[in-house]
Amino acid sequence: MGHLRGKLLPPALAIVFSMLLCGVALVISGANPFSAFAAMVTHVGKGSTFVDIINSTGIYYIAALAVAIGFQMNLFNIGVEGQYRVAAVIAAVVGGSIALPTGIHTLVIIIVAALAGAAWAAIPAILKVTRGVNEVISTIMMNGLAIGLSAYLIRRDVFGELRGNNIRTPEIPESGWMPGISFGGGGTMFGFIFVAVALGVGYWVMMNRTRFGFELRASGESSTAASAGGVNAKKMVLFSMLISGAIAGLISLPELLGRDHTFSLNFTAGIGFSGIAIALLGRNHPGGIAFGALLWAFLDKSGLALDNVGVPREIVTIMQGSIVLSVVVAYEVVRRFELAAEQRRVGRELGTVGGAA
Amino acid sequence: MRRRMRGVAVAAIALTSVMTMAACAKDTGGSGNNSNTGSGAACEYATPPTASATSSTSAANGDKVDASALKIGLAYDIGGRGDASFNDSAAAGLDKAIADMGVKKENTRELSAAPNEDESAKQTRLRQLAGEGFNPIIGVGFAYAESLKVVAPEFPDVKFALVDGTVEGATNVTPLLFAEHEGSFLAGVIAAYQSKKCHVGFVGGVEIPLIQKFEAGYAQGAKAAAPNIKVESKYITPAGDFSGFQDAPKGQEAAKGQIDAGADVIYQAAGASGKGVFSAAKQGNVLAIGVDADQYNQATVADTKDVIVSSMLKRVDVAVYDFVAAVAKNDLSSLPKVFDLKSDGVGYATSGGKIDAKLQEILEGYKAQIIEGKISVKDTP
Repeated sequence: MGHLRGKLLPPALAIVFSMLLCGVALVISGANPFSAFAAMVTHVGKGSTFVDIINSTGIYYIAALAVAIGFQMNLFNIGVEGQYRVAAVIAAVVGGSIALPTGIHTLVIIIVAALAGAAWAAIPAILKVTRGVNEVISTIMMNGLAIGLSAYLIRRDVFGELRGNNIRTPEIPESGWMPGISFGGGGTMFGFIFVAVALGVGYWVMMNRTRFGFELRASGESSTAASAGGVNAKKMVLFSMLISGAIAGLISLPELLGRDHTFSLNFTAGIGFSGIAIALLGRNHPGGIAFGALLWAFLDKSGLALDNVGVPREIVTIMQGSIVLSVVVAYEVVRRFELAAEQRRVGRELGTVGGAA
Repeated sequence: MRRRMRGVAVAAIALTSVMTMAACAKDTGGSGNNSNTGSGAACEYATPPTASATSSTSAANGDKVDASALKIGLAYDIGGRGDASFNDSAAAGLDKAIADMGVKKENTRELSAAPNEDESAKQTRLRQLAGEGFNPIIGVGFAYAESLKVVAPEFPDVKFALVDGTVEGATNVTPLLFAEHEGSFLAGVIAAYQSKKCHVGFVGGVEIPLIQKFEAGYAQGAKAAAPNIKVESKYITPAGDFSGFQDAPKGQEAAKGQIDAGADVIYQAAGASGKGVFSAAKQGNVLAIGVDADQYNQATVADTKDVIVSSMLKRVDVAVYDFVAAVAKNDLSSLPKVFDLKSDGVGYATSGGKIDAKLQEILEGYKAQIIEGKISVKDTP
């Protein structure tokens, strides 16, 4: 019971704390925090917002999984952002230029996206295992390169085509789409959401029920102990980075296969960075990440209601930032508190410390 | 351990050599600036066309339009009202409609896009406006094209407009398009005549087709006026990274690079990054040309206004105002297909007094030629 409390209390505290912080910020800026929060909650039921939140949750979930696999191994893959951008543009180009039967076409796009993401992640992974280059630095640099590469690939003289003032890759034919579940005026849920759920289950099984997952976690806990136990640290770095990159490659597919069918200037950026925050919030646990992704998606989508009632929407960004900061602090506070409680308990049992410490 | 030490040593050597190289580059840049008069001889100008007597006629807006019954919604692109650029220009059009046509302030609503938002957020924004009875609704920026394609058919009675974009198949979306390349052509002519070294520059925010129109027109205009002119061109960020429109320090760097290379008139189409271009021009003691609004009169760049020779005007405000008027009159056909030089949708500003009567005459000559179709301006570089 105490175990569960230790896990659930910190995020709950963090959310309450950040809501209070945002409430204060709202009062200072002259808005009523209660009407603002009420507007956000009631907005969920309007139009397609509910479905949008679910869709966005799925996308954030995949991003956070990609980050979490690196975290398990003590690898800070900041490059998820670049990996999914490169994967998206390559998958869109390939998907738009081949003709295959329905289903197979979609499958090919998914595989191409995963391979492209993994390939982009392979560069920092190889640099790390062969030259010891810190993955934080190399993946950040790869993010910059990813923007350049995607900009090049959608140039008019490469793969891009002009649509008004927008440029985009050739549209993926219908055989390559992934059908969603339509709720009429309530929007359409991406079919890829189910893939996201499957990825979460697969992640749990891999981490808890396979030797690879065990070795991954062992290396993350203590790389020296793991290598003493016969785990090849370099191989683990390489594989976890590649898997992380492959999953990152799937991030844009819900939108690409379910709605946009093309990579254009309107590409949704920044999901990789949100993924880092969500993985932190969910402590790399598949359930925790799902909760974090849902919270993030809710804040994002219902935050749109704020502008409409005259409250600056940036308050949502403050909230997201303060949640991440305070969740880190809260975990540490709860950890120390439990450690102290544990010490007291042990002390009492051994009789070395008097009743009230 | 030894290997690591060696690595550190190599890195240190590499770093110091880079730094010395940078210092050298700076030195040569400085001295080059002084002795640059040799390479940058004065321009030889082509014979400018003579202005025809007929000056452009602005769209007759004679009769007073009453738009007090309208509820107007604006969906801005990233930056929203207050960006000192594109969105602000649309806001100015709305403000003018409120002042002139009796639109009630409480009957207007302005929402703006967040960076990195996805399509569904744009759709939701448009639905919010339409769902609450706003009509007409104006999407400011081509980023709304895809979302309007979905939302406009859901509200067939609402009149939408889209600045800088068209929506295929949606009959209730009025495109408000501009001929930025035509206005930029005149900016290029101004640059050529203001340059002492016959060397000018262009700084674009993000390398997207829309901004390439500015670049193409500018380069063509400069070369038409002075065939042997050198035109530098630099974009702050590649397509897909929209931070180039909001990064004044990078704008300053880009402009400084061109000034160091010898350019002495810089034209910017870089949104909020343009402030940095003006700062660089002031520091480098050269001139600059603004964009979208008459930037000489803009409060946000007031401290550098003495370097602003002119601005290429892209009258988003006129387009927004005219669209509202057309909706009020229930006659959308009166709007020009493209807001170009002919319809005064684009043009140049003369505030600041740096454009003398002679240059103005030359500009009017080129303008007349473009309007008559004798000069066709390219929209791609």
